[in-house]
Amino acid sequence: MIEMIRVSKWFGPFQVLKDVDLSVARGEKVVVCGPSGSGKSTLIRLVNRLEEHQSGKVIVDGVELTDDVKKIDAVRREVGMVFQSFNLFPHLTVLENLTLAPIWVRRVAKKEAEETAMHFLARVRIPEQAHKYPSQLSGGQQQRVAIARALCMRPKLMLFDEPTSALDPEMIKEVLDVMVELAREGMTMIVVTHEMGFARTVADRVVFMDDGRIVEAAPPAQFFDAPKTDRAKLFLSQVLGH
Amino acid sequence: MRWARENLFGGWLSTIFTLLLLLLLWKAIPPFIDWAFLDAVWQPDPKVCRASEGACWGFIAEKHRFILFGTYPYDLHWRPAAATVLLIGLWIFSAIPLFWRWWLTLVWLAGLMAIGILMWGGVFGMPYVENERWGGLILTLLLTTFGLAIAFPLSILLALGRRSDMPIIRALCVGYIELIRGVPLISLLFMASVMLPLFLPSGVTIDKLLRAQIAMILFAAAYLAEVVRGGLQAIPKGQYDAAHALALPFWRRTGLIILPQALRISVPPLMNTFIAFFKDTSLVLIIGLFDLLSTIKIALNEPAWNGFGVEAYVFASLVYFVFCFSMSRYSRRLEHQR
Repeated sequence: MIEMIRVSKWFGPFQVLKDVDLSVARGEKVVVCGPSGSGKSTLIRLVNRLEEHQSGKVIVDGVELTDDVKKIDAVRREVGMVFQSFNLFPHLTVLENLTLAPIWVRRVAKKEAEETAMHFLARVRIPEQAHKYPSQLSGGQQQRVAIARALCMRPKLMLFDEPTSALDPEMIKEVLDVMVELAREGMTMIVVTHEMGFARTVADRVVFMDDGRIVEAAPPAQFFDAPKTDRAKLFLSQVLGH
Repeated sequence: MRWARENLFGGWLSTIFTLLLLLLLWKAIPPFIDWAFLDAVWQPDPKVCRASEGACWGFIAEKHRFILFGTYPYDLHWRPAAATVLLIGLWIFSAIPLFWRWWLTLVWLAGLMAIGILMWGGVFGMPYVENERWGGLILTLLLTTFGLAIAFPLSILLALGRRSDMPIIRALCVGYIELIRGVPLISLLFMASVMLPLFLPSGVTIDKLLRAQIAMILFAAAYLAEVVRGGLQAIPKGQYDAAHALALPFWRRTGLIILPQALRISVPPLMNTFIAFFKDTSLVLIIGLFDLLSTIKIALNEPAWNGFGVEAYVFASLVYFVFCFSMSRYSRRLEHQR
């Protein structure tokens, strides 16, 4: 599904990603963790070209990402993304947020798009909020709308960029529950998160990043119980040790 | 009483200012009322006016048709009058969000066609009136309407261009905006009126009104572009991220996500520029077009009425104020609306 080969990226003189190799199979759930500034967000933003890489190859669903706008759009149509700060469109209602891309990008009829939207709103358990504006919802509800918005495009792959980091503790669970359900249904997922409980239950593989490199990649049981590197041990003690 | 004590006499400083203000009002208001109403002369007779202490509203009564319609043939004044009412009607109609549908464009096209027919004539038994003779309020309103209707979309393109990734487009837009903004409107109007004809091949002429209109559009577009750009810059990066992630192509992204938000933020400064532009149309007098303010100047040139400028300008201010204040109130309503 995703193939990254010796990918590097610089922000000015600062190298955020250093020769990263990563491949993700269809249906696989990968959790990416690591200290802040380690390049996790940048890594997943390469997948739908919200960031450009400067060397190496990124191939998503058989399409290599280059400057070619057609290819970029082709990939973006198949890749859903959920952001830390929700990024709902504040001037549109929840329903309009959900139907916008299916109507204008997928060319789905309005009525059908609305039915799909209501279906996914029910899935994230907030069908009654369809006609409200994002600002009228709680953080947890907004993030669930954002997940539904991505799902309405019927993506083959979902990217989550710290989806619970901006939420109050009591709202984290309602979002994670939706994500766990999605994982159970077989969606291919890459999740950047500090929620180690989620990683343990859902992930097929945990990827630990530090300083722009993938330091360790292992199934959760192995990663949590017997991390190989000192960096990972230190990180885990900080995240879990209280 | 309680309100007065808290707000007007809250402390010794505020008490002093309140008293000073009251004194000022007491000194200013009664003489103004004397001038404007009690001693005012209402009949259009310059002799009586000169004998009186008060305002000479007779001048307005006598000259209001010239002030409002300029040199348009006197017998045909009903035509610009109807056109003015129609144009104002179109604006009021378009201000109602309920009518923001695609067919509003058709309403405008039909309305403008009717205005054109009324003003030019030449059909339906109405004598032809060349646009050199148009003047007064309708000229001010037409310059504003067409000026803003064309400058505003242009300004959005300029603002988007200035933020474009393509260096040539960006450079062109920056160059245009800075060049036009760096020049006073008067000099643009002079250029349009004096220099533009020199560049045209012989035989081709663009009439004076159109040249002035083009100069005003170019000018307004540069100013509005910067206002729109301010709005664009206020949109958080996350909105672009989300729109990109949903694979929305450029024009959809811009038209459906970015601009609706950016323009809403820009309503107060946009209205500010609109109002300024409305009043700037009065500068066309320097190239010999007779808008509302120029017609007053000409009316004052008549020896009999020489010296009643205050009344004339109070009248003009009132007309301008009514329009500008309506725009400003409307913009406040827009801001608070979803």
